[in-house]
Amino acid sequence: MDHISFSVKEGEIFGFLGPNGAGKTTTINMLTTLLKPTEGSATVAGFDVEREDNKIRSIVGLVPQDLTVDEDLTGMENMLLQARLYHVPMSTAKQRIMDVLGLLGLGDAAKRKVETYSGGMRKRLELAEGLIHYPRVLFLDEPTLGLDVQTRVTMWDYIRGLRDEQKITMFLTTHYMEEADALCDRIAIIDFGKIIALDTPRELKQSLGGDIIEIALDNNDQDLTDILASLPSVKEVKNHNDVYRITVVRGEEALPNIIEKVLQKKIKIRRVSLTEPTLDQVYLEYTGRTMRETEGSHEETRRMRRYMRMVRR
Amino acid sequence: MIDEVLALTTREVKKWVKNPFLLLMMIVQPIMWLGLFGKAFNLTGLVNIDTSNMPPNVTQQIAQLINKTLNSVFGTTDYFTYMSAGMLSVIVLFTAMFSGMSIVWDRRFGFLNKVLVAPIRRASYILAKVFSSVLRALFQSMLIFSIAFAFGLRLGDGFEPLDMLGAFSALFLLSLGLSSLFVALSIRIKSHEAVMAVANLFNLPLMFTSSAVFPIKQMPDWLQAVARWNPISYSSDAVRKFILHSQAGLDTTQLLVDFRFLIAFAAVFTTMGIVLANKGLRKG
Repeated sequence: MDHISFSVKEGEIFGFLGPNGAGKTTTINMLTTLLKPTEGSATVAGFDVEREDNKIRSIVGLVPQDLTVDEDLTGMENMLLQARLYHVPMSTAKQRIMDVLGLLGLGDAAKRKVETYSGGMRKRLELAEGLIHYPRVLFLDEPTLGLDVQTRVTMWDYIRGLRDEQKITMFLTTHYMEEADALCDRIAIIDFGKIIALDTPRELKQSLGGDIIEIALDNNDQDLTDILASLPSVKEVKNHNDVYRITVVRGEEALPNIIEKVLQKKIKIRRVSLTEPTLDQVYLEYTGRTMRETEGSHEETRRMRRYMRMVRR
Repeated sequence: MIDEVLALTTREVKKWVKNPFLLLMMIVQPIMWLGLFGKAFNLTGLVNIDTSNMPPNVTQQIAQLINKTLNSVFGTTDYFTYMSAGMLSVIVLFTAMFSGMSIVWDRRFGFLNKVLVAPIRRASYILAKVFSSVLRALFQSMLIFSIAFAFGLRLGDGFEPLDMLGAFSALFLLSLGLSSLFVALSIRIKSHEAVMAVANLFNLPLMFTSSAVFPIKQMPDWLQAVARWNPISYSSDAVRKFILHSQAGLDTTQLLVDFRFLIAFAAVFTTMGIVLANKGLRKG
């Protein structure tokens, strides 16, 4: 990491995006006290990561990228171990565990060895473990990597619920732009150890120049370019054989005005389309299209292979 | 802290109790060791002399002579008993050697990170590894003792149940020290091949430079010097003294020496393990 600086608001989901090797996991490791920063400082919920590491550990939950649940134990035993490591009193732990497992749809599997779990179940158990001690801040490192669509959507709903109902602040890294778009209140894009963009998903998308409206009209001898360009929030109009390509700030609000203007001129509309920029485009705009030849270590490759093998089950 | 250690030790124990294959291997391995070493190395059989055509009083004298020699070398007339007592310490060594292995697995599977982000002391994790290895070692030596007994181990004529307690305290101290040593060695190791290499480097030298299978007195001087620093010599000696407890009583002077050495050994290496864990146990 190269001298980055950012702050996450209480109760928000903060997304951290960037290519492989950009420093996402390193940042999480530093904020969860797994690594010591070589320079600079950071605080989590007001505690300094270097001097008050044990305080941070007790209020922070980590859902790691790897599947770290113990295969040889049952779901329940894994949760109980986690509860004891976080000093959750045994009197309340059992109930808490059943609640969390129930919410994540693992209630019935609690007594089974994790060996028999599918990838999605393991990942959910991982999330459940991160929640056992009612953390104030939850770190989610690629929470849905390799999961099928159903499991992913379930995870999203649950993560949103954590923010809305339990007011947990969340710090999330992901490679899936639609995931960041669906979950995050704010997003930071990092590359080469630096933050290159930080805003709400909506503002980031707007920063590309706005939405594109394409409207194809019946043959006519009028040129509407100037009329359309004079409409509020329209930034640019291009006419090519009666197909207008209009760049606007808020597409869904500008579109009715545009249609009204065209109909006033008694011209028939053949086709309309509205394209909002996706976060994918934003991401590529900021980080470029060149693929990264990140130096992967032998260890890392092996870890990834193992992860994919397990999560696909 | 105690609950942290307990929770993590429970995990370790559950991991091997739930694995029937591991349990089976733990039983089969000592049987093989005893069978191969105890019976194949039947040193006492070497001095069998055919006495059938000698007068009875000569036979008696020869037998006495042989027994006297054996007694002065091994402390018993039965090598199998001598070796079995040493084998209890050797099996402790072999179990302890691999205690570091599970740290490497925990590191690879990410479980170590989970422990490191939890608000617990690093030493709790290390102590749990050490204790689970101690439990395993004691369980295995218990097994090997029962098997040896079934195979013909001869207890001393003054043997009483309390001697068992003495023998196993010696084994407990030995396994505490050895497990801590090998756990400490594995704190920064990242591949299990390296752990294997370290274990293989130590296992046979430690076994043969001790009095586990052969008495120190019969070794060349330089080897004696090494053997006197080997904790396995002391635990083998202590266990043997308890098992061969004769009516003449226990040799408390020698036992005191044994236990002093073992206590120092266990204390130094357990402390070292804890200190190294607090300093060196980290992600990576």
